[in-house]
Amino acid sequence: MTVNLSEFDQSCLDGQEGPAAASAMRVIVRLAEAMKATELLDVTSAHIDSCLYHGPAVLDFAKWLEDQGAKVKIPTTLNVSSLDLIHPDLYRGDEDWGIQAKLLMDCYERMGCKPTWTCAPYQLEERPKFGEQVAWAESNAIVFANSVLGARTHRYGDFIDICAAICGRAPAAGLHLDENRKGDILFRVDGLNDALLDRDVFYPVLGHLVGKNSGNGIPVIQGLPDGVSEDRLKALGAAAASSGSVGMFHAVGSTPEASTTEEAFLGTDPTDVIDVTPEKIIAARDQLSTASDSRIGAVSLGTPHYSVQEIKKLFELFDSESVNPEVNFYVSTGRDVLTEASLRGFVKPLEDAGVIFVTDTCTYITPIMEAVTLPVMTDSAKWAYYAPGNLGVEVIFGAVEDCVASGISGDLSVDSKIWVDG
Amino acid sequence: MIFLVAGKANGEVLKLDEPLSFWGGVDPATGEITDLRHPQGGMSVKGKVLMMPFGRGSSSGSSVIAEGIRSGSGPAGIIMMEADEIITLGAIVADEIYGKAMPVTVVGKNEYEKYSTGDLVAISEDGITLS
Repeated sequence: MTVNLSEFDQSCLDGQEGPAAASAMRVIVRLAEAMKATELLDVTSAHIDSCLYHGPAVLDFAKWLEDQGAKVKIPTTLNVSSLDLIHPDLYRGDEDWGIQAKLLMDCYERMGCKPTWTCAPYQLEERPKFGEQVAWAESNAIVFANSVLGARTHRYGDFIDICAAICGRAPAAGLHLDENRKGDILFRVDGLNDALLDRDVFYPVLGHLVGKNSGNGIPVIQGLPDGVSEDRLKALGAAAASSGSVGMFHAVGSTPEASTTEEAFLGTDPTDVIDVTPEKIIAARDQLSTASDSRIGAVSLGTPHYSVQEIKKLFELFDSESVNPEVNFYVSTGRDVLTEASLRGFVKPLEDAGVIFVTDTCTYITPIMEAVTLPVMTDSAKWAYYAPGNLGVEVIFGAVEDCVASGISGDLSVDSKIWVDG
Repeated sequence: MIFLVAGKANGEVLKLDEPLSFWGGVDPATGEITDLRHPQGGMSVKGKVLMMPFGRGSSSGSSVIAEGIRSGSGPAGIIMMEADEIITLGAIVADEIYGKAMPVTVVGKNEYEKYSTGDLVAISEDGITLS
């Protein structure tokens, strides 16, 4: 199938917009062919995941574009990298790897991207509006943009993000189009007590379960309270995009394309109906832990990057207590969020209590954490999913309340009563 | 068979029981499957014709695919039942910047079920053949 190119697309391919646009457009058109897109469409912003260093190929690619004179054409934000430029001493990795990672970061800045260095660009002041077509990469940002903002991005990988930013164009396919945004699988939350539905910790567990059972379809979750908060939807989506390939979900009564279950399915029938029972939720929760020691060595929060509200809650939970000297307590967040949380007075007291803030990167993608033999506790299903493979650590998943209590005492503290029905 | 990225490959099939996220799931320097939750965790994708029903997980998978093709530790080719953009992109970019074309193909269910781990197969413009 051939892609019908606009005059502008063709002029890019022909080199009239410069060699970088020609190369970028070639990648876009090749992807469009693979996606069976019949045309391209305009995108108004991009979020770049390609700025994380994985080895020479990613730097070769960025230099290949930059050497051809690449500049972004639309507002473009940058995802996390391997380094924390605000707290550079936190990096414990190989020196040369760090140098290459910085070269990559600099390259993307020179191409005109904003040095936001966050995996939660939806927490920045400017974010896409309902219905806006964008080209975002980073699986949790994609699912948030589509599901919570109602903006439209396909599930893009690295490389196409910067190509779309250079040309302002993306394949008109996948989640950009109405017909591909309807629900496929119905998850009925039923028989769970209201107190559990009112706890932050429920949402990443639900997301983990939903992701594992959605294949590559779009899940519709029915039975949640109306108006679930953005932070909870963020945790749900990030978990679902880690345990599965979810690029969009509908939470009936909370997300903008699902005021009713019928609307979420665009009047069609679900291909499958799954009842979310207390047993399934507890099984999903247990899958997120690899250990059950009585002591913990570290805590890692903020995957995806913590919001100002989440830092505020952490400040309240610490309530003048301090982190146990034998525990390292990390919170990953964006530099913009850290600035705002500082202005609101939450950061200094937490730092004084022993909390280590990590910006521009995340503890599970780069060597930041001090080596621990005891398990690491987290409130993030995404962190729990990836950290054991990436870092070789044992992980215990728990509520942020449990993470703080355990971080203060050093002893694992889990309030398991909240999971019991009734 | 449909090519998402055209190319030729010869190799032993490694058929995954579950989809694999390349980022956080494969070490691009060695090809080892590092996702310990994956049923084929600990096995290597290097030089294999990798089969999985569809893609999964992080956007960074494209970078890991491209890096594996550059370093020679990636799969020789990939066969899926559904198109996956993250895998496709990694292969397109490696082709563009290194001129190394790792074929990424989509086949129907019947053809997908014809091959199992250990089979020696060839991928070319003529399709997939047991060799």
